Amino acid sequence: MAIDWRQYQAEGFFDELIASPGKPRHAAGELCRFLGALNDQELAHYRSAAELAIRTMGITFTVYSEGDGSIDRAWPFDVVPRIIARSEWEQIERGLKQRVQALNLFIDDLYHRQRILKDGVVPRELIANSRDFREQCMGINPPHGIWAHICGSDLVRDKDGTVYVLEDNLRVPSGVSYMLENRQVMKRVFPDLFENYSILPVDDYPAQLFDCLSALSRRRSKRPEVVVLTPGIYNSAYFEHAYLAQQMGAELVEGSDLVVGDDDCVYMRTIEGLSRVDVIYRRIDDLFLDPEVFREDSQLGVPGLMRAWRKGNVALANAPGSGVADDKVIYTYVPKIIRYYLDQDPILPNVPSYLCVNKDEREYVLANLDKLVVKPANESGGYGMLIGPAASRKEREAFADLIRRQPRNYMAQPMLSLSTAPTLIDSHAEPRHLDLRPFILSGKKTYVTTGGLTRVALRKGSTVVNSSQGGGSKDTWIVDVEGN
Amino acid sequence: MLSRVAERIYWMGRYLERAENTARLINVNTLLLLDLPKGVSLGWQPLVDIMGSTEQFAEHFTEASERNVVRFLIADEKNPASLLSSLKFARENARTVRDTLPGEGWERINDLFLKAKADLPSGLARGRRYDNLVEAIAACQQITGMLAGTMLHNEGYDFLRIGRNLERADMTTRIIDVRTAYVGTSVPGVELEPFLHAQWLSLLRSISAYQAYWLKVQAPVRRQEVLEFLFKERQFPRSVLHCIGEVAGAIERLPRNVVPLTTAGKLAAHLDKRRVSRMDDAAVHAFVDRLQLKLSQLHESIAATYFQFATMDARLRSGRKRKSAAATAGN
Repeated sequence: MAIDWRQYQAEGFFDELIASPGKPRHAAGELCRFLGALNDQELAHYRSAAELAIRTMGITFTVYSEGDGSIDRAWPFDVVPRIIARSEWEQIERGLKQRVQALNLFIDDLYHRQRILKDGVVPRELIANSRDFREQCMGINPPHGIWAHICGSDLVRDKDGTVYVLEDNLRVPSGVSYMLENRQVMKRVFPDLFENYSILPVDDYPAQLFDCLSALSRRRSKRPEVVVLTPGIYNSAYFEHAYLAQQMGAELVEGSDLVVGDDDCVYMRTIEGLSRVDVIYRRIDDLFLDPEVFREDSQLGVPGLMRAWRKGNVALANAPGSGVADDKVIYTYVPKIIRYYLDQDPILPNVPSYLCVNKDEREYVLANLDKLVVKPANESGGYGMLIGPAASRKEREAFADLIRRQPRNYMAQPMLSLSTAPTLIDSHAEPRHLDLRPFILSGKKTYVTTGGLTRVALRKGSTVVNSSQGGGSKDTWIVDVEGN
Repeated sequence: MLSRVAERIYWMGRYLERAENTARLINVNTLLLLDLPKGVSLGWQPLVDIMGSTEQFAEHFTEASERNVVRFLIADEKNPASLLSSLKFARENARTVRDTLPGEGWERINDLFLKAKADLPSGLARGRRYDNLVEAIAACQQITGMLAGTMLHNEGYDFLRIGRNLERADMTTRIIDVRTAYVGTSVPGVELEPFLHAQWLSLLRSISAYQAYWLKVQAPVRRQEVLEFLFKERQFPRSVLHCIGEVAGAIERLPRNVVPLTTAGKLAAHLDKRRVSRMDDAAVHAFVDRLQLKLSQLHESIAATYFQFATMDARLRSGRKRKSAAATAGN
């Protein structure tokens, strides 16, 4: 059976492409007509063409739980793109810029005068107990006052069509390479569609990233030495590290390739000798950066790196300590943070959230565990959460215990009805839940990717979109349509 | 180029070449045993010794039977010098420098390892072994050729050539050693003389040198000429002297090359002036030992110059001397 849009039912959810059975949204009309006209054989052809492109382009990701020998797996990809009208996107883009600007002001304030704590807008205990607040960063002035140069914020759309920010990733957010590669795959597979649509391009990201990073160099030179610091090939995001380094024409280095001299400058070890490094786009966590300051047992870091950074001899992106604002408890304060620093109303809303550290809210959470999603403050990748409605009584009780013991570590949100988009299952389209991760670059100027990485839960009914948990992805089109 | 990347490409080249030559070595021995007269059973232990694996072998086996030795040298992943281990290490190194290799380069190396892992253990019996090994040799050569034809000929490629040729020189000496170690053994009651010609012939064939020898030397296959040819024929790509020349040529294109280039030059001169054709078997064996030592010194000087940073980092620790480090880096 080919795709019949009259049979497509996304009941109870907001669907990104289909307004009601048989009726595509305005921006998706052309795409749905195109897909609807394909027979089974043609659909199968497009799908296998995409799989082949992914294999030959070597787009892979790593699943930690799998044994030796399978660290490279083909990237799961759905050929039906997700479409957002340009007019709607521009609003979201403004909201993201506003949010990240406020977050950067917040981080800078925390490592200096801490006005926001003194004014009681954000409770001091939250920072005192934060796992990602770094005492060692107090008083440091990174270039342009920016700490989180690369931010990946997760957006979701609820039943009524409202777009919410689900979380901000300010430590080492990943996924942007897949956004770029998804577009390459689509261009190879559906060249005709690209002729009929005006889809905004995404591929200037590496150039934007390089500009953002090289503007952080304090040394005057024509082309500052920018490197990407990776934990190595066994890291789940290694593909992305190598990809970005290659796209930017930067060296991909491991900790052992770098050395800090007595002059507090960072050098890389090359066959020509030592060569000075100006900017490090680090893809390893704070605590592994410098064994002299953080974890002594870190093999991934560079002894003396923090010394060099503090002196301003090298720039680190994101700056150490940025993670303090990516805590899911701090997240609940972001609307207040925006009002406090920018004196503006937030353009993008937060998902309503309950903080377990506050007694009333905790009582509510404990009484309603079967309706809520409970998230640990500091985990990423979908680890360590409780999806209340899907959990067993025993699991909920175990979680209630965890919350009572460490209330600071948890926050809860109502179960959102994530929007869906048609996804090719066998040879017909079925609704699958998805989210969107745009990337925001902050430096001398601010830049937001055109769209972002759409992640989709491939299992029916599932809302878990992380690729490490069986999710896939789609190309994301921001399109110019007349009559919007 | 980052030192780590250079080092991994170098080792990738070495391990690929080692895999190829381990396969050759086992085939030489098999053919050699076929050529020996009935009743002369020289065994497989010398092969283990020549690979420098005597102790490791003794840990796992009590008897140096054909079956044990072949399994140990071909399919044993616990033996770091086995063919399969070499392919595994080549693959691990290739994986970490994937972005500097042509896409198909990594894929072919990965494929070769996976295929060898699946095929080799079941193909150890003499009949299938020979074909399997010949196939592995061909696959290694295919990769070498593909890299030569598609890889950017930059410093990375220079390090690949250095690794490959150092290993090849070393393995050629080991293969010669297998041959001469046998001839040194006398067997009571058996006249070995009539078999000598056939054995030198099989040696040449097993390293794909017979035709080249014939074209170049244009004389019957004899001990003196064969030794001269395998050690010193500059036009033959597997001769020791040719390989050292290749290494020197690659080093010449690299920065800061004074020390390793001098070392390579001395090694070539040493080899060039020795009259290997006049050596008896014991002398050849001793000469091979010394040569292997010198090859490993050449490796050390390359590693110290390009891969290790004790000296470089030490300069960094003292501000005054840093200038001289910069000056060295600039030459």
